[in-house]
Amino acid sequence: MLEDIGNLFHGFAVVVQPYNLVLMVVGIVLGVIVGVLPGLGGANGIAILLPLTFSMSPTSAIIMLSCIYWGALFGGAITSILFNIPGEPWSVATTFDGYPMAQKGKAGEALTAAFTSSFVGALFAVIMITLVAPLVASFALSFGPPEIFSVYFLAFCSFVGLSKEPPFKTIASMMLGFGLGAVGLDQMTGQLRMTFGMESMLNGFDFLIAVIGLFGIGEILLTMEEGLSFRGKAAKLNMRVVLQTWAELPRYWMLSLRSCLIGCWMGISPAGATPASFMSYGIAKRISKRGRFFGTGEIEGVVAPETAAHAAGTSALLPMISLGVPGSPTAAVLLGGLLIWGLQPGPLLFTEQKDFVWGLIASMYMGNIVGLIIVLTCVPVFAAILRIPFSVIAPVILVFCAIGAYTVHNNTFDVVMMVVFGIAGYLMKKTNYPLAPMVLAIVLGDKAEESFRQSLLGSQGAFSVFWSSGLVSTIMTLGLIALFWPLIQSTWTRLRGSAGEPHPAE
Amino acid sequence: MSVAKTVLTIGTAAFASGVFALSALPANAWEPSHPIEIIVPAGTGGGADQMARAMQGIITKHNLSKQSVVVINKSGGAGGEGFLDVKNSKGNDHKLIITLSNLFTTPMATGIPFSWKDMTPVAMMALDEFILWVNADKPYKTAKDYVDDIKSKPDNSFKMGGTGSKQEDQIITVALQKATGKKMTYIPYKGGGEVAVQLVGNHIDSSVNNPIEAVAHWRAGKLRPLCVFDNKKLDYHEKIAGDLAWDSIPTCKSAGLDVEYLMLRGYFMPPGVSPDAVAYYVDLFKKVRETPEWKKLMSDGAFNQSFMTGDEYAKWVADAEKLHEGLMKEAGFMAKTN
Amino acid sequence: MNQSVNETAGSGPSQRSAEVGVAAIMGLIAIIGIIGSLKVGIGWAAEGPRAGFFPFYVSLIVLISSVVNIVSALAKPADGAVFAEWSQLAKVCQVLIPTAIYALVVPYSGIYVASALLIALFMRWFGRYNWAIVAAVAIGLPIVTFITFEIWFLVPLPKGPLEAALGF
Repeated sequence: MLEDIGNLFHGFAVVVQPYNLVLMVVGIVLGVIVGVLPGLGGANGIAILLPLTFSMSPTSAIIMLSCIYWGALFGGAITSILFNIPGEPWSVATTFDGYPMAQKGKAGEALTAAFTSSFVGALFAVIMITLVAPLVASFALSFGPPEIFSVYFLAFCSFVGLSKEPPFKTIASMMLGFGLGAVGLDQMTGQLRMTFGMESMLNGFDFLIAVIGLFGIGEILLTMEEGLSFRGKAAKLNMRVVLQTWAELPRYWMLSLRSCLIGCWMGISPAGATPASFMSYGIAKRISKRGRFFGTGEIEGVVAPETAAHAAGTSALLPMISLGVPGSPTAAVLLGGLLIWGLQPGPLLFTEQKDFVWGLIASMYMGNIVGLIIVLTCVPVFAAILRIPFSVIAPVILVFCAIGAYTVHNNTFDVVMMVVFGIAGYLMKKTNYPLAPMVLAIVLGDKAEESFRQSLLGSQGAFSVFWSSGLVSTIMTLGLIALFWPLIQSTWTRLRGSAGEPHPAE
Repeated sequence: MSVAKTVLTIGTAAFASGVFALSALPANAWEPSHPIEIIVPAGTGGGADQMARAMQGIITKHNLSKQSVVVINKSGGAGGEGFLDVKNSKGNDHKLIITLSNLFTTPMATGIPFSWKDMTPVAMMALDEFILWVNADKPYKTAKDYVDDIKSKPDNSFKMGGTGSKQEDQIITVALQKATGKKMTYIPYKGGGEVAVQLVGNHIDSSVNNPIEAVAHWRAGKLRPLCVFDNKKLDYHEKIAGDLAWDSIPTCKSAGLDVEYLMLRGYFMPPGVSPDAVAYYVDLFKKVRETPEWKKLMSDGAFNQSFMTGDEYAKWVADAEKLHEGLMKEAGFMAKTN
Repeated sequence: MNQSVNETAGSGPSQRSAEVGVAAIMGLIAIIGIIGSLKVGIGWAAEGPRAGFFPFYVSLIVLISSVVNIVSALAKPADGAVFAEWSQLAKVCQVLIPTAIYALVVPYSGIYVASALLIALFMRWFGRYNWAIVAAVAIGLPIVTFITFEIWFLVPLPKGPLEAALGF
């Protein structure tokens, strides 16, 4: 333990060298840029800089590259809040309240809350990594297919039953999402399903294309219907908004702590940031006093998913280093980099390459602090984008949506699909179908199906596998509790109501 | 064009020194005029993707090409999307595709219409080996121990993890079943790294991971290699785990498991490309093979460093296709539509 | 149509017909899904569900829900609520039709030329900017995009005859 802290300070000493600090700022700025532009992600940013890093020391290289990663994580929230277009799966839940806040003229507040929450989540995860790294790695190993399925189950359960819309519309929307997610190659049998011999269907429906269409294009069509302007013009454009929001944020410490814990847990188990953000949002909505206002621009609805997503994104780096399994395309490219620098990701990296590992951990601290400062100073600039007239910004958004849709599979058919999803999004929103369950189902549906079938393969078809160990039973039980929470809650209040003071007769 | 690049290279000019020695003038007339695209018919992070990205890095670092190299993943339909794209880019001298076994297995298992004959073979860069791994906590010290235990228990008592369905890992599993006479439960995962971790976590009983996917866990004492699916031992003597090196691993044949399988890591181009372009890429790849980074990658992954071009390569591929057809038919993995 | 009930709000397709329409489309997609799953087998093999098992039941639930949604939309008394006024729908189409054409043209013209035209159309038609500003944004943005994606990040986007003529 003491030795670790010594190593960490040594890591800090490496990181604060001027050369490394410059690399850090370069990485963060580039990361924010690739995070904001749809069609580019952290993977692209890292891929272009990777060749340049071959001449640096591995520690300097990982500082710059991991800072692209932090920058991209920060940048992802910007388009979600300003234009309702999430660039990454884990930013979807941020749009639910972030975009309504921007429409109310509170874009600055929403951005500040999102950035600060990201920072808090990441910081919490880094502290956890510093303190309990070895424990965490062995925890990750205990996740086989049934455990992973139970985590997805919990994510769904804590999110369904949240909408005010008619139940059959929610069901139809969610199931349609599962169906769309299933199109393409069936991972388990190697069979193509529901492609009907069409080449363009081989890829299935990627979440990003669906989301850009349903949320991004759909929103532009709705805006058109209501008149030619964005409603976010009133956003404040000075730095004071940052301080005002900060004054408000400590009130939500309980929410932040809970979201951090959910995030770290999801990040270490291989489920990742996306279920973390949905789960955190769903639980916040159930517990918060203002839960019924969620979806109309509540700041808590921004804090919860952002904190959890970044706690998960950060803690997910640990299994990557210690087990060599990348949790995202960005991490995969980063992992490829490790190999080229002559480092072997795996359990021994911690003992063999102390400089590197503790340099990386120190750069997580510093990178997030530098990143927060950079993005917060830019809040007024981002908010000012909403003042650009609709007739200029709308076609630009359409063009970037098209680029984003195209780059998912380098396929022009996806641009057409995006427009189709746009029409669907407009129609569904106007006829009161909730879009969030559909998106959740597209994102997690095929993964849940995969782990479900892997589990049953392993158990020779016996369902008892989902209650076979303490870990999996606990998570499944939590899932069931979450699913029936509204019922439990109302029974509880009724019981308490009858036991305590009698209600005044009406 | 050069504006953005200059911006990027500021501050890193140092690395340019000392690499000019390698970039001698090419012998042939053809030179790429646009960026070169390498299609990866698999997702990011897999073996083919890692090799393509490593080559991109090597070519950039040593300035081996005047044009930049772009890596594009087209993984839809078990890679079918990437192969169809190359098949349909007739005469495009700037497009290459790196292959894995799905060159053969995907058209057979899914019925997606393409074959290596629709493309122009360029070069074989290496062959990837397969090793039988078990968790180091298990009592099996040799392949024979493991096989004996399989034989002494009923069908489906053992779980084999692998990458994808009806692809190389499952083909090997089927061959193992034939050799042992007992069925194993094959569980498909998304990637090789994930399979190795599932084995460390004892969620499966064995895997046939490529060396590079599992070497870190071997060194950490979590996994144990039992045998290699090749007709000779691996040719790397460097100590890796304690006193053991890659060449300490016996062949599976010597352990009584007569199963051999190697996976192609090679390049193809679209049909109808100019012979001069093919010659340019062959020359480029030869230069790549001379770099220290490439040699390091080869020894880290214990690759079989066979290099083939032209007719020799085409003949190898044709033989490999026949072999796969036999294996796939025998395993019952052929698509019904075929 | 229900214009007699709510004349002042303007006329348009009724909310009810839109509800029925959307539910019917979903039902149709569900039927396609059911056909697709039947093709790959919906059974439960010894080791668990086959490829079509989940898609089949998922599609079946969508189909049932769609029927329920159609019935409940029809069961509601006609309150004359409109989905959107015709004038509003016309505005939506002003965006939708150029965007749809854009998506269809991209594979042939490349994304840069198509984007320049789309931006020019919007700025001139809705924004009534003068041609100089329109040209600056409509040509400038694709060029910046080109430099960022093709040259800096090495991400190739669809290109057409113009880019080929320029040697890319």
